[in-house]
Amino acid sequence: MSTITPAAAQSTPSGPTALNTGSPRRSIGKFGGKSRMDPTRNNTAAGIAAWLLALLFATPVLWMILTSFHSETDAATNPPSIAANLTLDAYKEFFGASSGVSPWPPMINSATASILSTVLVLVLAIPAAYALSIRPVKKWTDVMFFFLSTKMMPVVAAILPLYLFARTVGALDNIWFLILMYTSMNLPIAVWMMRSFLAEVPEEMLEAAQIDGAGLLLTLRKIVAPVAMPGIAATALICFIFSWNELLLARVLTGVVAGTAPVFLTGFVSGQGLFLAKVCAAAVVISLPVLFAGFAAQDKLVQGLSLGAVK
Amino acid sequence: MTTATARISRPGHHAATPSRSARSRERALAWARRAPLLPALIFLIIVTQLPFVVTLIISFLNWNSLSPDKTAFAGLENYVTVLTDPDLRQAIFTTILLTVSVVLFSLLIGLGLALLLDKKFIGRGLARTLLIAPFLVVPVAAALIWKHALLNPTYGLINGILTWVWSLFGSGTAPQLDLLSQAPLMAVIVSLVWQWTPFMMLILLAGLQSRPMDTVEAAQMDGATRWGIFRHLTLPHLRQYLELGGLLGAIYIVQNFDSVFTLTAGGLGTANLPYAIYQTFYFANEYGLASAAGVVVVIGTIIVATFALRTVFSLFKKEAAR
Repeated sequence: MSTITPAAAQSTPSGPTALNTGSPRRSIGKFGGKSRMDPTRNNTAAGIAAWLLALLFATPVLWMILTSFHSETDAATNPPSIAANLTLDAYKEFFGASSGVSPWPPMINSATASILSTVLVLVLAIPAAYALSIRPVKKWTDVMFFFLSTKMMPVVAAILPLYLFARTVGALDNIWFLILMYTSMNLPIAVWMMRSFLAEVPEEMLEAAQIDGAGLLLTLRKIVAPVAMPGIAATALICFIFSWNELLLARVLTGVVAGTAPVFLTGFVSGQGLFLAKVCAAAVVISLPVLFAGFAAQDKLVQGLSLGAVK
Repeated sequence: MTTATARISRPGHHAATPSRSARSRERALAWARRAPLLPALIFLIIVTQLPFVVTLIISFLNWNSLSPDKTAFAGLENYVTVLTDPDLRQAIFTTILLTVSVVLFSLLIGLGLALLLDKKFIGRGLARTLLIAPFLVVPVAAALIWKHALLNPTYGLINGILTWVWSLFGSGTAPQLDLLSQAPLMAVIVSLVWQWTPFMMLILLAGLQSRPMDTVEAAQMDGATRWGIFRHLTLPHLRQYLELGGLLGAIYIVQNFDSVFTLTAGGLGTANLPYAIYQTFYFANEYGLASAAGVVVVIGTIIVATFALRTVFSLFKKEAAR
């Protein structure tokens, strides 16, 4: 029905009155409903405008990718050499072809910190979200807002004591300390996201399971997990992205041994000679995990980033 | 069910005993409900609240780690310095200017993009994906690209395009921008707006698509103009999404460190409070002063957060009432 309605509405401007009496509102599709308000020519104009802006916004990314495949001399020209020959030299340089400095240790550190902190976040956040949605504690909304308020405290307001503590116990430049920091950084948002995903588990199904005498583990596996899994995956991906991107904590708390990819990137620009293609290659390689994670979570990205407030 | 069995199993007992044990069982049940929550809560309190209490204490000390023997109680001295020192005052001002302008511009552009993407056109999915891309570049990498590949005065893309366009019209003297040294804060703002617009767009697009279409149709039937529908139906509906996007964005942008650090290294009046605090404790070793500045940021954030919480709460209430 949703496919018919807009077309009918467009061809007969006086039609909707007659149509609306019969058709339930809910059947009007998300997009079908919209296109009926705008004649086609307007959509073309909107499409052109949207495409121009999309290209404008994507230009820095596309330019970064293109430049990373150029030679250093072609990368630094004015006007730009768009059609210059493509080469993998910048990537070879990034992986230490002439400097001998390998980017792998910081990238492995970043992967370790991001993955392990995400696992820790899930281990802590899933039970917490369970106690805030499926079997909620009293005053669970207060608890939710406590979690959120910890996220609102800027990292800079706590970083000095953390730094002093790490220095005292010898945890500076230790990846495990960073993992704990990233866990605390992402935990509040993860609890919020996860609660919104767990709240989508239909209550009737939970009640039915209880009546049938299903135990906690069985209920979690057969009823909660199938509904909440995409949400849990999206939460994990978003936490991964935030950890992977983090600079301030990594910069202050790590050094040579446990330095992460963003820290490596800030020290990458030597300022000597031409380095533009190399920087672009580095930016591309280090952004790849985030791009993959982001596109994998695309469907749930909005709900996650808005802490579950927007569906 | 458990209470029933308990009552049956000891029928001869004094009336008070089962009720007491029922109460303790109730308490045990409440704790069983709370138990899954506790690891996360305790962890967060230790890792985030405790350090802040220490920051609060240090903020009242005169403590420079280079001369540790001079450490002493300083009262409000550090706070006075934060509010009177020209550099730190500049940092407060920069933080406000940076946050407000980035949030405002990215919201406005994000709204425009969301309105466009709300319409049906060829390749909409791909256009949406391209628009999300800026948000999925590592912030440090994005800042490096802006600094070297786009804004560099000699070979950056922006000046390159200016040269190219001018040469198309046969002119050899294209105007050349040097944002990084002439308007460095503008450079930071532009790069951050670029990065945050997709975030705003996504939230506003979700808002637009949750709009009840029947009222819009009714208004159309009544002959409402396009602008009238936008002004009186769409905008009021979007209001809470605008607030949510703006305030979530503000919370993140107040804390921004990456862009300032990478693009300008805090030079030429671009140091915001996070960067200034980093400098104060990491390089100047002024622990007391840095802590006081940190507390000032928290107070500022609390003011913003009060509004943020109210907005999140209004959206949240609807859902909690399910």
